[in-house]
Amino acid sequence: MSALLDVRALTKRFPVRGSERRVHAVDDVSFTIERGESVGLVGESGCGKSTLVRLVTRLLDPSDGRIVFAGRDVGVIPPAQFTHAPERRLIQMVFQDPADSLNPRFTAFDTIAEPLRRLGTPAQRAALADHVAELADLVGLPRELLGRFPHQLSGGQQQRVGIARAIALRPRLLVLDEPTSALDVSVQATILHLLAELRDRLGMSYLFVSHDLNLVRLLTDRVLVMYLGKIVESGRSEEVFDRPAHPYTRALMSAVPAPDPAARRARIALVGEPRSPIDPPPTVCRFHGRCPDGVERCTREMPVLRPGPAADHLAACHFGFAVGAPAQGSGARRSGGEPAA
Amino acid sequence: MSALLRHGRYVLGENPVTAVAFGLFVVLILLALVGPSLAPHDPLASDTARKLEPPSARYWFGTDQVGRDILSRVLVATRLDLAISLSAVTLSFVVGSGLGASAGFFGGWTDRIVTRVTDTIMAFPLFVLAMAIVAALGNTLANIVYATAIINLPFYARMARAEVNVRREAGFVEAARLSGNGSARILTVHVFPNCLPPMMVQASLNLGWAILNAAGLSFIGLGVRPPTPEWGIMVAEGAAFIVSGEWWIALFPGLALMLAVFCFNLLGDGLRDLIDPRRRT
Amino acid sequence: MSAVPLMSVEDLSVEFRTRHGVVRALERVGFSIARGETVGIVGESGSGKSVTAFTVLGLLPPAGRVTSGRAVFGGLDLLTASAGQLLEYRGRELSMIFQSPRTALNPIRPVGKQIADVLERHANLPRARRRDRVLELLARVQIPDPERRYHAYPFELSGGMCQRVMIALAVACSPALLIADEPTTGLDVTTQAGILDLLGDLSRTAGMATIMITHDLAVVAERCDRIVVMHAGHVVEQAPARTLFARPRHPYTARLLASTPRAGAKLADLTPIPGAVPDLRGETTPCRYRTRCERAAAVCDRPPLPREVVAPGHVVACARPL
Repeated sequence: MSALLDVRALTKRFPVRGSERRVHAVDDVSFTIERGESVGLVGESGCGKSTLVRLVTRLLDPSDGRIVFAGRDVGVIPPAQFTHAPERRLIQMVFQDPADSLNPRFTAFDTIAEPLRRLGTPAQRAALADHVAELADLVGLPRELLGRFPHQLSGGQQQRVGIARAIALRPRLLVLDEPTSALDVSVQATILHLLAELRDRLGMSYLFVSHDLNLVRLLTDRVLVMYLGKIVESGRSEEVFDRPAHPYTRALMSAVPAPDPAARRARIALVGEPRSPIDPPPTVCRFHGRCPDGVERCTREMPVLRPGPAADHLAACHFGFAVGAPAQGSGARRSGGEPAA
Repeated sequence: MSALLRHGRYVLGENPVTAVAFGLFVVLILLALVGPSLAPHDPLASDTARKLEPPSARYWFGTDQVGRDILSRVLVATRLDLAISLSAVTLSFVVGSGLGASAGFFGGWTDRIVTRVTDTIMAFPLFVLAMAIVAALGNTLANIVYATAIINLPFYARMARAEVNVRREAGFVEAARLSGNGSARILTVHVFPNCLPPMMVQASLNLGWAILNAAGLSFIGLGVRPPTPEWGIMVAEGAAFIVSGEWWIALFPGLALMLAVFCFNLLGDGLRDLIDPRRRT
Repeated sequence: MSAVPLMSVEDLSVEFRTRHGVVRALERVGFSIARGETVGIVGESGSGKSVTAFTVLGLLPPAGRVTSGRAVFGGLDLLTASAGQLLEYRGRELSMIFQSPRTALNPIRPVGKQIADVLERHANLPRARRRDRVLELLARVQIPDPERRYHAYPFELSGGMCQRVMIALAVACSPALLIADEPTTGLDVTTQAGILDLLGDLSRTAGMATIMITHDLAVVAERCDRIVVMHAGHVVEQAPARTLFARPRHPYTARLLASTPRAGAKLADLTPIPGAVPDLRGETTPCRYRTRCERAAAVCDRPPLPREVVAPGHVVACARPL
């Protein structure tokens, strides 16, 4: 069976005001998501993960490339018409900031009912109140809170409303855009458990976006690491976390703080500023300049994604899986990747 | 609904100035509705034998130069003045915020056209523009309303544009799109209602201004025609008599005008508190 | 720890007057910090960690009122000090950095000038030397190319850069104590690591004490000497960092630890804390964690809240510690 989502050479460029230049927000990105699979998307702010997510959810038009969803190229449908496409209900999203993503003038009930009212089947619309109550139960939102406005709910409750809205139409692909970054850790744990449970129960595929690697690992089968518009590493989650091949992935992993004072690790500090995403030279590795391992070759030849020894593990680095990879890489690998004792 | 009432009581209780403004507003509306039947005399009946009488037990506000009862005229004028300003403000609110909201939401050429039009209107001294419109279209009640609406239009358009613009990229707008809403529905159902609180403040401030504008047009002879009772004309007619000591002719309609403007200006903040669900707990 | 702490907060209680009654945001909060020490204050939102910082700095909003307690800093009680005294202290002896650096900076003034303004106000430095000192400070917070950044406006800098500028502002007059309120929330992990490293360096090299306020236990684990855990306006546990992480004694601390994701953990290892921070209006139970606590028993309802010293420097506010 073909993949649920097949993204091929997807590219998005934004014009820079008052010039011919372009911001390369997403540059030649390809990946797939299987049915029922959870894929993590990791990267810093500004790496293009938000743009990629908005392309996949069809809130933005791609500049180039294909977005094939369940066998149909949905990338060619303009966003205005995609609203009425049958795929609209199958691709939904949970937003980062629940306070910002809920209409302040809608009660929890109205927010959850909105997708059912607009895109629901006649049966769903007829029994709207029952469906909303059922969704509230599903996400663990007490029914008596359905009459409240967002500002009368706690952060965790707000996010439950956001999740209920997203799953109301029983989507096949649910994009989770940093769904817990605005929440307290204790609430975060609850929401993560809820998301895992919903996935198993409803058989959804997840695209889980985060800058927190420890979180991504908890919920995903496979992970994509993105840097300045490009995917620099991808593979099975344990594989990438245990044996990161790209220096950026290693730096990212070493930067995640551990709740354990004994686990002092050798941190790979990234020096310098990221390169500009405006018309980046096509032959220079995007990570060059910040990379602790960069050499002259990295300015001549853009590394492409190449497979490593493990199946399905790709990295875009000249030294990624090489035997003679620079020494500090392997050190960080040992200290950063393995579970703290 | 009871939550709304409770909230209303809270807003008024916390803020006595708002309570006073609301009280005054209710009085004004009541006068507009039942003013004519409260009037002790016929506001149009002249009695030259009793002209220019100072305030007395019989004529509380005195009489004017042709012997009409000023109290009756002030009371009866409330309806006309409120009607002109309310309809003018409603008209400019609807048209202005519609244009401004579309400009802010869709951007591009819609935005460019709306911005140019409002800038052009703003380039004129507004009162002179209103005068020109009434002079050109003819001196009717409807034209006074149109003129007042047109000169107020840019304020609503600009404000709606700015308010919509900051919400255009909000998460709940994207969420609405994912829920199957088209652009028009997102703008009218999701974005615009959230812009209402600040817009209401503007509308309320504007009501006072619209009353002054209508009165001003009448004052210079371009608005409502005598002998119709209207605060602006009455002030204009009375102005000539102030020097000769008959102060009451201009004072009482002027006072009514001032109170109305004062009331609308104070009303704004209270209205915003009432209409904003985030201030309700 | 030296005998006389740099700052000691004792018995601090703060109330807020709201529409729906009085909220007792802090109740008998106490902790101290020694010269050069780094203390982390950790808690969920609503735990009162930021209120504590604001109160100490004299920045409590008008609805808030200190009902008891002292915050002694260099022999002066900050809570009863005059506005003038506080103004002298803030910026020179006591400094603060905030969660959103971009909004804390003046958007229409070059960042170099903003640092110079602080020097002008608090440091006795001739005008000609000020610029050099600002460049020195920018270099010290590891901003590349300080000459150029001197003239940059906040909007031209990234979030991490803005936070570095804020830190330069805060340490401009070499304060004895820096209070950092969620200094890295909203920043990327790599930027966060850089900022935390910088704060660590500054406190080591300048002997500056730091209070780090955060909701994320992981952030303070590696960087703090001591940790104060707050819940619903109470200090529930304080201990040296290693002790706290190795052997938490308060049920809440243990739960908080268990809900923090760590490298290599599985989702099943991550356990949420049941319930929510209790409503702090009106009367509350002596232990405010009682309703969420799986160890709660009748003894927990008996006032006052116990404060048991279980080991040197390790205090637990629990009748039935782990």
